Amino acid sequence: MILFDHVTKLYPSQQRPALDEVSVEIEKGEFVFLVGPSGSGKSTFLRLILREERPTQGSVWVAGKELGHLSNWKIPYFRRQIGTVFQDFRLLPNKTVTENVAFALEVIGKPKAHINKVVPEVLEVVGLEGKENRRPDELSGGEQQRVAIARAFVNRPMLLIADEPTGNLDPGTSVGIMQLLDRLNRLGTTVVMSTHDSAIVDQMRRRVIELEGGHLVRDQSRGVYGYAQ
Amino acid sequence: MRATFVASEVGHGLRRNLTMTLAVVITVAVSLGLFGGALLLRAQVSTMKDFWYDKVEVSIFLCSRGSDAASCSGGAVTQAQRDQIRTDLESLKPLVDTIFYESQADAYKHFQEQFANSPIADNVRESALPESFRVKLSDPTKYEVVASAFAGRPGVEQVNDQRQILDKFFRLLGGLQAIALAIAVLMLIVTVLLIVNTMRVAAFSRRRETSIMRLVGASNFYIQLPFLLEAAFAAAAGAILAIFALVLTKGILVDQVIAPSFQFTSFVGWDAVFWIAPVMLITGILLAGSAAFFTLRKYLRV
Ligand SMILES: Nc1ncnc2c1ncn2[C@@H]1O[C@H](COP(=O)(O)OP(=O)(O)O)[C@@H](O)[C@H]1O
Ligand SMILES: [Mg+2]
Repeated sequence: MILFDHVTKLYPSQQRPALDEVSVEIEKGEFVFLVGPSGSGKSTFLRLILREERPTQGSVWVAGKELGHLSNWKIPYFRRQIGTVFQDFRLLPNKTVTENVAFALEVIGKPKAHINKVVPEVLEVVGLEGKENRRPDELSGGEQQRVAIARAFVNRPMLLIADEPTGNLDPGTSVGIMQLLDRLNRLGTTVVMSTHDSAIVDQMRRRVIELEGGHLVRDQSRGVYGYAQ
Repeated sequence: MRATFVASEVGHGLRRNLTMTLAVVITVAVSLGLFGGALLLRAQVSTMKDFWYDKVEVSIFLCSRGSDAASCSGGAVTQAQRDQIRTDLESLKPLVDTIFYESQADAYKHFQEQFANSPIADNVRESALPESFRVKLSDPTKYEVVASAFAGRPGVEQVNDQRQILDKFFRLLGGLQAIALAIAVLMLIVTVLLIVNTMRVAAFSRRRETSIMRLVGASNFYIQLPFLLEAAFAAAAGAILAIFALVLTKGILVDQVIAPSFQFTSFVGWDAVFWIAPVMLITGILLAGSAAFFTLRKYLRV
C-alpha cells in the first residue's frame, strides 16, 4: 500500500533533513502508529504520502504508483482515494455537520442523489445521528473530530491519514476517536496515524513506527509508545 | 460538475466581497467605456475619411493672362499645352480615375452660383478666374505622382491637393484618438491590477474552503472555477454598463446633439456600435478571466 524507499526530505530553508534515508513498507489493511517527539518528521512523512511535498531523494509509492511520476493534474484524483484528518479538524464554521461532509462530495462533482444517500450513512457510522444540523461551534471537540472523520471516510477511501487526531482532545474523548478509527480499519481501510499519546499506543498494541530527528529508529509490530526492551 | 453548487458558491463569493466586486465593476466600466469611446472615435474618423476623400480632387490650375507664376511667363496656356496635359493625365490611368475640365466660362458660372447673393460675384470678371483640370484619383494618397508630373510645367500655374488640408485635420483627430486609446489602455492595466488584487484577497479569505477542497481531491478547475466566474461576472457587468454608455453616446450625443450642428459631414453609424459592443464585452471578460486565472494559479496550488 505504502512504500518509502530511502526517502530524504530537506526543506529549502533547513540545514538538517526532516526525514533522512527512511525506508519502510506499510501493507494494505494495516493500522500503523507514527510516533516520535515534536519535530521528528511525522507530519512530513504524512505529507509525502499525500503528495503535498515531494521527497528530495528516494521515492514514495502509494497504491502501486510512484508519486514522483504523478503529473500535477492527476494529484486531485489520487487524493480522492485517501481520507485525511488533522488535529485542528479543519471544518467550515458556517456549514452544518451534514453540509461539511457533503462539501467533500460536492467539490468532486458527485451527484446530489448520491450525496443525499451516503452522508446520513457515514454520519451514523461515526455516531453523529441527531446532530446533523448543528454547526461546528455547537459541537464538542470529539464531535467535531467525528465530523472530520466522516468527511474523510464518506468517499470510502482505501487509506486514512490522521495527523495527531487526538492532539486537541482530552483522554476520555480520545478513546472514543480511537475506537472509531479502529472500526474503520476493521472495515478494510488502511490507517496511518501520528500521535504523541503514549496511553493510546500502549493500549492499542498495533504496529509502531518511531521517528527521531528524521531517522527511523523503531519499527515494531504490536508495539508500545516507549522503547521496546 | 454540479452547476447549482458552483452557482451558489459564486453568488456567495460576490456578496462576501461586495465592495471589491463593486470596485471591479466600476473600474471595468470606466476603462472599457474609454476603450469603446476610443474605438468609436476611430470609426468616426474613418467614416469622415471615406466621406471626404471620396469628394476631394487634385486641381491643376492653368495659366491665365494675368498669372505671375514662373511657369506662366509664356502668357496664358496654349491649346497645345492644354492637349498635352490631357493626354498625360489619360496616360496616368488607372491612378487617375476621372478627368474633368473646367473652362474659364465654367469657373465663372460656378463662382456666380456659389456667391449668388454676395457683392463679390459682381466684382469678379471671367478672365480673372483660371481654367483647370479637376482630377479624381483612385488612390488619393498618391497625390505626389500627379503633383510631380504637372507642377512647374509651362502652362500650369499651380497643382492643388484638397487632401492636404484634410490631412492636417485628420492628423489632429488621430492624435486625439491615440490619447484616448492610451488612457483606455492605462485604465485597462489598472483594472487588471485591481482584479489581481481582488483575486488575492478572495483566495485568502476563502483559504479554509480551498485547502479543504484540495484535501478531498477537488480538481484545480473546480477550485478555481467559482473565482473565475466571479471575475467574469464582475467584468461582464462592467462591460454592460460601458456598452450602455456607448449606446447613449451614439444615440444622444452624436445623433441628437452633434450631428444636427455639423450637417456638412457624415457621422458614425450604428454598425460601428454593433461591432464595438461585443469587442468591449469580450475584451472585458478575457482580461478579467486571464488576470484571475494567472493570479489563482499562483495562490491556489495543488
Ligand atoms: N514547510 C516547512 N518548511 C521548512 N521546514 C519545515 C517545514 N515543515 C516542517 N519543517 C521542519 O521539518 C522538521 C520536521 O517537522 P514535522 O514533520 O512537522 O515534524 P512533526 O510533525 O513530527 O512535529 C522540523 O524541524 C520542522 O521545523
Ligand atoms: Mg506534526
